[in-house]
Amino acid sequence: MANIERLDQKKKNNRARLLTKERGRSAMIGTQLSDKTGQSHIIELVGVNKSFGDTRVMRDITFYIRSNEFLTLLGPSGCGKTTTLRVLGGFEQPDSGSVTFEGRDLLAIQPHERELNTVFQRYALFPHLDVAENVAFGLRIKKLPQNEIDNRVSQMLSLVKLEGYEARSIDQLSGGQMQRVAIARALVNLPKVLLLDEPLGALDLKMRKEMQIELKQMQRELGITFVYVTHDQEEALTMSDSVIVMNEGAIQQIGRPIDIYNEPRNAFVADFIGESNIVSGLMPEDFRVLIGGKWFPSVDRRKEDEKVDVVIRPEDIDLVEPSEDLLNGIVTTTTFKGVHYEMIVEACDLEWLIHSTDHKAEGSEVGLSFGPDDVHIMDKSDFSPGRGRSRQDSERSEGDVINPESGKETDNE
Amino acid sequence: MPEKASYTGIKENETGNGVKEREMKSLPDKKNALPLSRRSGAGSNLYLGIIFVFLYAPIVVLIINSFNAAKSRAVWGGFTLEWYRKLFENADIIDALRTTIIVAILSAVIATLAGVLSSVGIYALPRRWRKIMMQITNIPNITPDLVTGISLMLLFYFMRVQTGFVTLLLAHIAFNIPFAILSIMPKLRQMDMSLYEAAQDLGCTPAQAVRKVMIPEIRPGIITAFILTLTLSIDDFVISYFTAGNQVTTLALTIYSMARKSVNPQINALSTLMFVTVFFLLVIINIRTSSKKKTTPNGILPAGKGNGRRAFPWPGIKQMK
Amino acid sequence: MNKRFGRLTFPYIIWVAVFTIAPLLLVAFFAVTAYDREGNLYFTLQGFRNIFSGATVTLDWLGLKSIFGLDIQVPVYVSVFLKSLSIAVIATLISLLLGYPVAWLLAKLKIAKKRSADFLLFLTVMPMWMNALLRTYAWLALLEPTGIINTFLGNLGIGPVQFLYNDFGIGLGMVYNYLPFMILPIYSVLVKIHPSLLEAASDLGADNTYTLRKVIIPLSLPGVYSGINMVLMPAMTTFLIPDLLGGGRYMLIGNAIQRQYMISRDYTTGSALTILLLIFVLISMSVVNRNASEMSEEGGILNA
Repeated sequence: MANIERLDQKKKNNRARLLTKERGRSAMIGTQLSDKTGQSHIIELVGVNKSFGDTRVMRDITFYIRSNEFLTLLGPSGCGKTTTLRVLGGFEQPDSGSVTFEGRDLLAIQPHERELNTVFQRYALFPHLDVAENVAFGLRIKKLPQNEIDNRVSQMLSLVKLEGYEARSIDQLSGGQMQRVAIARALVNLPKVLLLDEPLGALDLKMRKEMQIELKQMQRELGITFVYVTHDQEEALTMSDSVIVMNEGAIQQIGRPIDIYNEPRNAFVADFIGESNIVSGLMPEDFRVLIGGKWFPSVDRRKEDEKVDVVIRPEDIDLVEPSEDLLNGIVTTTTFKGVHYEMIVEACDLEWLIHSTDHKAEGSEVGLSFGPDDVHIMDKSDFSPGRGRSRQDSERSEGDVINPESGKETDNE
Repeated sequence: MPEKASYTGIKENETGNGVKEREMKSLPDKKNALPLSRRSGAGSNLYLGIIFVFLYAPIVVLIINSFNAAKSRAVWGGFTLEWYRKLFENADIIDALRTTIIVAILSAVIATLAGVLSSVGIYALPRRWRKIMMQITNIPNITPDLVTGISLMLLFYFMRVQTGFVTLLLAHIAFNIPFAILSIMPKLRQMDMSLYEAAQDLGCTPAQAVRKVMIPEIRPGIITAFILTLTLSIDDFVISYFTAGNQVTTLALTIYSMARKSVNPQINALSTLMFVTVFFLLVIINIRTSSKKKTTPNGILPAGKGNGRRAFPWPGIKQMK
Repeated sequence: MNKRFGRLTFPYIIWVAVFTIAPLLLVAFFAVTAYDREGNLYFTLQGFRNIFSGATVTLDWLGLKSIFGLDIQVPVYVSVFLKSLSIAVIATLISLLLGYPVAWLLAKLKIAKKRSADFLLFLTVMPMWMNALLRTYAWLALLEPTGIINTFLGNLGIGPVQFLYNDFGIGLGMVYNYLPFMILPIYSVLVKIHPSLLEAASDLGADNTYTLRKVIIPLSLPGVYSGINMVLMPAMTTFLIPDLLGGGRYMLIGNAIQRQYMISRDYTTGSALTILLLIFVLISMSVVNRNASEMSEEGGILNA
């Protein structure tokens, strides 16, 4: 650890020196925009659209990225997150919209001139070069002197814990090692922004967890902005400062991990992040909502429309004796999951998912108990149950609210 | 860590700095993986055009001349089918054609059969032996046609076997078998072994499993082997030259002797016919491969034999060694 | 896979021994033996002696005679060997120079998923399926003194140019015959280069030229070596092309050997020549092959 800190300090100094040199070169820094938190925006996308043939892959994408933050684009396959990343990298051209980098138009700059580097999903290491030459590739283009190249390469290899691997050939490396070389190759150029396209997808679980921690450390120590793409919601929640949830080309929600989890904006986000019970409700006034014909207190104010989606997390529901003021039902399935029991309860014509350490036998009659804090209200959207586009709808017919199977499996496809 | 901020878009103007939407400048389409500047688009088409003219001009001239009434190869003397007529009346050619077809079909069938059996056998060998066998199979590929033909001729001479139909056939089988094996082996390696094991699990003896499950799985390879060996046999010149002797002749040999003697427009007619046949064969094969959506480009790619050309000298095949 | 099936290879092994190994050994055998008048076999090195100490001729290689005016006497066959080698090498180089851009353009079209890509590939592959004899013969018609090209030039007032029966005609015939064999291996390697490698290069700052130089060309080298493989050897050993396009007077090692066997009936000298040719070929192949096979092992990673 100490090594990294020391190297890191040297690196920060080097980088600062390099950056000032580079900044001196460019005529002006550009308008450094900042938001009310006072942090500057390094990248801004406004109204970016992209279609492949008939499919619209990016719909009016608008967001900004702050300097030094770890931002994750999260969503299922095909949601447009990778395309967004590739637009930043320059490998795709948007059909319309603008992208600025430190205030300057990024789209006008050729990909090989942009001050971003990418870590590709399948590493894209050059098979005809060894590890050192791979890492040094970008430095050679800049025509740096040989001894400086050697220095930076070995520094970077130390950072990714591959000291001494300089002369290895690529086909001798394991998946995890190749990934580190890819990271080293990108970082050695000291980019202002690092783009990572599902870099951990091909690794096994243990390796993935280790790399998540290492990547987060690296980002903190190097002070570089990371833009990370993944479909694994757990990964996103673990590593990110901010998360942008996307689906079908549109941004569903932007926020900190904890906000996205606790206050999902619509049924899609609620469903994609963690597991949830999503049910239709009526909210004609503040602080209480009608579910299944009964009133429940809530801490939220009413929304514009009185028809709302209600999200209650499985771990927030307790199973108690049936009672008049609760939703009552019968336990249809009980499964032991180690950490908790998972029970499915049929109540008011709907199936509810409950995680609890208390066991309730199949067939027993129960009441669903939850507090006002656990009742989260969202606006209806296209992803609401019964509107045809939620995941539940594609599995069952309209009208039923079915909770998804253990979300983990689908998330990790 | 920034305090809770909602990034719901700059439209909310929380920054106080508005960001005007900018016109996106159009950039050249970067979808192509290989870089090439747009300016040379016309130049590259021209270059390709020249190369293809180079490749096809002689053939086109040949085809045109096959209908040329004038014997000269440069002047047009009117349209005629006379050369085709003479061709079909030419006993030598009909004879040679018959021999060629018989030898081609026989050698293709035998070589393919032998290829299937040998491939299965080789596949069953332990890894070290398999590699050795594949190296041995490759030997005819890397020896030049010339050497193969001569060596076979010497073999027959030494064994005091008179050159004729039999030696010709044996020679064709000899150079065809390696190509059959090389067509089938990749399919064997690609095959999912669990199918074979499943068959046994359900009650098949090993031999039955091979027959009922393995062979159908590698059928594309077998078909490729057959077509390949057929074509190689029809096209062969050098090896036939040394092993056919005086009594028998193939189409290729006949054309050779005709070409050396004098200008003979019948050759043009014959060439045109052969060209058209090959063309249709290739079109059929192409339709087959494109409709099957095969991932390996085995279908249309031919081989030369023994001229040091490997059957499918793509990196994938070299890994087999 | 049941190990018993390995026994299926026995017939094949026997076949190979009889029809592949034995014949090659026989060539070596014949190179050092001959029959005397009574039909008895005896060992002799006369065959080799014929080659190395036969009649001599002025070496007209690399312009030693025509340009430098030197008169170096070498045995005929040495001169023929050298000539075959140089023509083969030149033909290979020209094929490479002409063929690489074609492979490049075809690969580019294919990656861009243009429909013309498959069609053009088909056109490139077609000549390979046609009889080499016919292809060479077709060229004859064009290049003859009374052929089309000369007639055309005649109309322009240029006297009949001797295209045939010389180095130029032979070389041209070789390039024509073997060009598709150079294009295809290079094409198939280029097409397999994963686009992410090129994106990575661009991402790291390489412009188009740099990527071409430092990424694409090195990665295409296995294909280049393959192509050289497929062209050099046939070019060195062909007897068809010098025979047809050389008017029966032109001698390359291929038809020199053919003559020994079929016309002179001198199996000893012919075999000796064949052995030398084989050695020659094996040496040049191993030089080229060493580079090709090293890289093709990495073929798998090209698709990473």
